[in-house]
Amino acid sequence: MEIKQKIRSFIESNLVVFEDEAVFTDDDHIFQKGFVNSLFAMKLLSYIEQEFGFTVSNEDLDIANFSTLNNIVKLIEKHKQEA
Amino acid sequence: MIAQTSASAAQVVEEAKIFAGREIRPLAGEIDVTGELPRSLINKMGQLGYLSASWPMEYGGLGLDPVAYGLFTEQIGKACCNTRALITVQTSLLGETMLRFGTVAQKRYWLPQMARAEKLGAFALSEPNVGSDAKSVQTTYRKEGSHYILNGSKKWISFAAIADFFVVIAADSGGQITSFIVERGREGVHTIPMSGMLGNRGAHIAEIQLTEVRIPVENVLGIVGGGFTYIVSTALDHGRYSIAWAGAAIAGEALEAMVAYSMSRSQFGEKLYQYQLVKGLIGDAVTKVHAARALCIAAGVVRKNGAAEAVDETAIAKYFTSKVAVEVTNDTVQIHGGNGCHSGYPAERLFREAKVLEIIEGTSQIQQQVISQYGLRKYAVKK
Repeated sequence: MEIKQKIRSFIESNLVVFEDEAVFTDDDHIFQKGFVNSLFAMKLLSYIEQEFGFTVSNEDLDIANFSTLNNIVKLIEKHKQEA
Repeated sequence: MIAQTSASAAQVVEEAKIFAGREIRPLAGEIDVTGELPRSLINKMGQLGYLSASWPMEYGGLGLDPVAYGLFTEQIGKACCNTRALITVQTSLLGETMLRFGTVAQKRYWLPQMARAEKLGAFALSEPNVGSDAKSVQTTYRKEGSHYILNGSKKWISFAAIADFFVVIAADSGGQITSFIVERGREGVHTIPMSGMLGNRGAHIAEIQLTEVRIPVENVLGIVGGGFTYIVSTALDHGRYSIAWAGAAIAGEALEAMVAYSMSRSQFGEKLYQYQLVKGLIGDAVTKVHAARALCIAAGVVRKNGAAEAVDETAIAKYFTSKVAVEVTNDTVQIHGGNGCHSGYPAERLFREAKVLEIIEGTSQIQQQVISQYGLRKYAVKK
């Protein structure tokens, strides 16, 4: 499964809204839309570090890096290139 | 031995059990009455690495994995809730959070001193008007040059009365939340010890008042704006894991007291345990304690594996064990009768301490909400 699909699947498995209209694009701000709870950022951080095998540094913890699907993928790809 | 712990970790847990029985349990009642955790006990624990058991050895820790750390916490928690509270705050809330988000300089400076009990900290989140709604903290910060200026009040802060430093959660005028390491000696820091607590009476709970306190930028813990998202969430997650074991510990200690009393006390010419209604209470308590420990171990295994659902499994364990602790200690008081209502027996202290666990590190109602959100996804059958 490609990175984007993995991340989308993870986000979808943690949505706290259950209506059919709870859909998000690759550029939607998932926190601002209220689709996840306050614990999600930490869960996402654990997931990324475990799944992709690197530790997100303090410099990269800006919530903007985790706000959209595309931004999360960019962060992971940046680390893969640096590795 | 639990299968998930190594032989060396099991030895640490066994030694902690012996230490708790010899050095802590005999003091538990006195600590509750005087409201003071003896400095000599804190120092001994520092010498043994008991304030940093889950941290890497390079920072003075014992390197216990989450399961072993939980079993260790259980042994201390059975002996004395206040002493366990010290571990919850120093090791879990503060140390684990600093390990993850602290700068190299912060970790090198604070963690070894905390491990040796030379520096004690407190996690300053709750306020007079802010409890569960932690995102709404009213303590403020503003930037002035290379410093931040903090103003506000914190309340119900464990170990604030004796702490050398505080991790303070504050918000700027735009609502951006950041956490700061605030040393007690800074001008404008004032603590007021609190009394009259239901439980945790020996946890040196205090209010903290911050008036124009100047904090250098290097004292920011984590990133500016990451105070809630990362620091509070991480600290409370580690705290909840510790409290989950605290619940199992209190319930386990109460069960032992219940069994001992029912086997020694006679009424109507029979030992209490011989009555079927008492057997019912004991049977329920045994089942609840076993279930509580099983949930804690399960959460520990998931945490050890670094899985994202560790947050949810920890909330489940914390919610359940705190509930069980209240139920089992309630029945322990009941079996003790009049003696259960007096400080001459530990039953009443355990009963009071248990109730606190349903409130700290997220109330049971907040846990239910988190758990239901988890369950509504996990157990939704896709058609």
